[in-house]
Amino acid sequence: MAWAPIRKSTPSDRLRPNMADYALERARFSWVDARRALDGLPGGRGLNIAHEAVDRHAAGPRAAHVVLRCLGRRNASREITYGELAEATSRFANLLDTLEVGVGDRVFVLMARTAELYVAALGTLKHRSVLCPLFSAFGPEPIRQRLELGSARVLVTTPTLYRRKVAGLRDGLPGLRHVLVAGAGAAPEGTIELESALAAEPDHYEIGPTSPEDMALVHFTSGTTGTPKGAVHVHEAVVSHHATGRLALDLHPEDVFWCTADPGWVTGTSYGIISPLTHGVTSVVDEGDFDAERWYGVLERERVSVWYTAPTALRMLMAAGTDMARAHDLSALRFVASVGEPLNPEVVLWGQEALGLPIHDNWWQTETGGIMIANYASMDIRPGSMGRPLPGIDATVLRRDERGKPCIGADGAALEAQDGEEGELALRPGWPSMFRNYLDQEDRYGACFAGGWYLSGDLARRDAEGYFWFVGRGDDVIKSAGHLIGPFEVESALMEHPAVAEAGVIGKPDPISGEVVKAFVTLRPGVDATDELRLELIGFARRRLGAAVAPREIAFDQHLPHTESGKIMRRLLKARELGLPEGDISTLQEPR
Amino acid sequence: MNADQARQLLSSVLHQVAPDADLDDVGPDETLQEALDLDSIDFLNLVVGLSESIGVDIPERDYPELSSVEGAIAYLSSRTGGG
Repeated sequence: MAWAPIRKSTPSDRLRPNMADYALERARFSWVDARRALDGLPGGRGLNIAHEAVDRHAAGPRAAHVVLRCLGRRNASREITYGELAEATSRFANLLDTLEVGVGDRVFVLMARTAELYVAALGTLKHRSVLCPLFSAFGPEPIRQRLELGSARVLVTTPTLYRRKVAGLRDGLPGLRHVLVAGAGAAPEGTIELESALAAEPDHYEIGPTSPEDMALVHFTSGTTGTPKGAVHVHEAVVSHHATGRLALDLHPEDVFWCTADPGWVTGTSYGIISPLTHGVTSVVDEGDFDAERWYGVLERERVSVWYTAPTALRMLMAAGTDMARAHDLSALRFVASVGEPLNPEVVLWGQEALGLPIHDNWWQTETGGIMIANYASMDIRPGSMGRPLPGIDATVLRRDERGKPCIGADGAALEAQDGEEGELALRPGWPSMFRNYLDQEDRYGACFAGGWYLSGDLARRDAEGYFWFVGRGDDVIKSAGHLIGPFEVESALMEHPAVAEAGVIGKPDPISGEVVKAFVTLRPGVDATDELRLELIGFARRRLGAAVAPREIAFDQHLPHTESGKIMRRLLKARELGLPEGDISTLQEPR
Repeated sequence: MNADQARQLLSSVLHQVAPDADLDDVGPDETLQEALDLDSIDFLNLVVGLSESIGVDIPERDYPELSSVEGAIAYLSSRTGGG
């Protein structure tokens, strides 16, 4: 079914969008100009994310402007200004010096969205150590794996999360020198209480020389096989964060911005922390879990003007009904954007009905570091499309061969698909927030490029007007509630259970979360397939992997399909689950 | 449904959604989600499961009442005409 485009015109009483005309902006945009919108470190000492996000505002007229409005789980709220954040992050950077943490050492954060998270994240960047965010809904196993792969030197977390998920791993992580804890409860043995440690440090810190190519962030993401991959980002990424905040999120200086993404995922850092702060706006920081009534309350009370959220949350709000939305005064809201998985047209239109505003889907990935393809305030929306490439970004769809690889011509260049033809979504490398490597996995990094393009792993098509449409993943990675989940990690965890001989894991389509993780399990001989065992396996996986990664469904299957080389054919499992013909999925793409 | 029955029901539906979770681990001033590491999808599945078990529709605006053990027991009791 074709949905009518949503036409855009800016009412005279509204702020003018930063980008008035897409084609014009695209024609005149350059990354060199985008870099000039930032200050750089004083004295030509380079480019540092924390300086652009905090210190430059603290040193100027925005020092007393509120940067964070932190809402506690029980609605207590606390405001912090740019000046105060500059001092707190300086204390954190000084604390890292005191603890003899080095430039380039990895500092992991595992915590809910609180003020302390911002202090730790930005203080780490000031110190030129490397920030590695973890998802607090991970279980101990994904946490252990990432701390180990990332050679964690410092972990910042809460007493509760430490006791539940980290204390038991500590002996196996000799490189993890310091654990700093913030939040309710006493500091457990082997940890340092953050608040008092910060109080003992001076509130001034001069950021050392920072090359734009110095490593700033590592975000872990999951592939089809093997261990998670740590996507490396550098300080220059801030040029993208700032430019995309202006173009794709339409941030204006007096905006109140709310990004609902979990701080453990790339959106939570690029747009939860960095982008809004480079623009000097006020960010709403909500520690609470999703709750429809609470969220509308936050939008209304805090007078949120730009809201960046996710399809799963929007679908849950939609399920709660239009009346609930309309019972709130959402008149401050000007722009709503969504990322995480494709936004179905029904939700885009529901936005108009319930919020009085359409929802602007956009597309990007951990590896791209920032928004790459988007719907914009000034551009007509084609509901169901992810929009058009940002100014400064060249995107295309590449034709795929029978093995699912891009077709490369005789001249070494990849062949682009025609309008409307399905293929792999690809980007021309070179934008500032592009990942620079996978930590210690150069070969997997190299496999992401072919014929002069970065290969996204997503399948898409482009229409004649240059709008991109998501089709599916080109591999077996599962996208659930906006999070990428590697089937191999889930299968490995299940196979640690003594009853399990083998497991195959797929994403099963779900109306709320996009996909849910479903596992097909072959039991060892003599083990009975009971409902009790099914629940035991789910519980077993949840304890290791956490709620966000563990399967929500398990089916017993003594005849899992295999390739000739013995690998489980997840695509066949998925085709069976969906009731699709099995014949046309005989080709398996080689995993990257 | 009295309070004991309501707790029993909550416990059995929770077991279906999150077999690793135990109601006894939830402190009196904690939310189920916080204390049991439930994500928002788990919580939604829990509410839907409870609604199906008692055969009563639970509207979204009532979800906050189900966020703690005490609140959920009181809510289930009142919606099933017990207490």
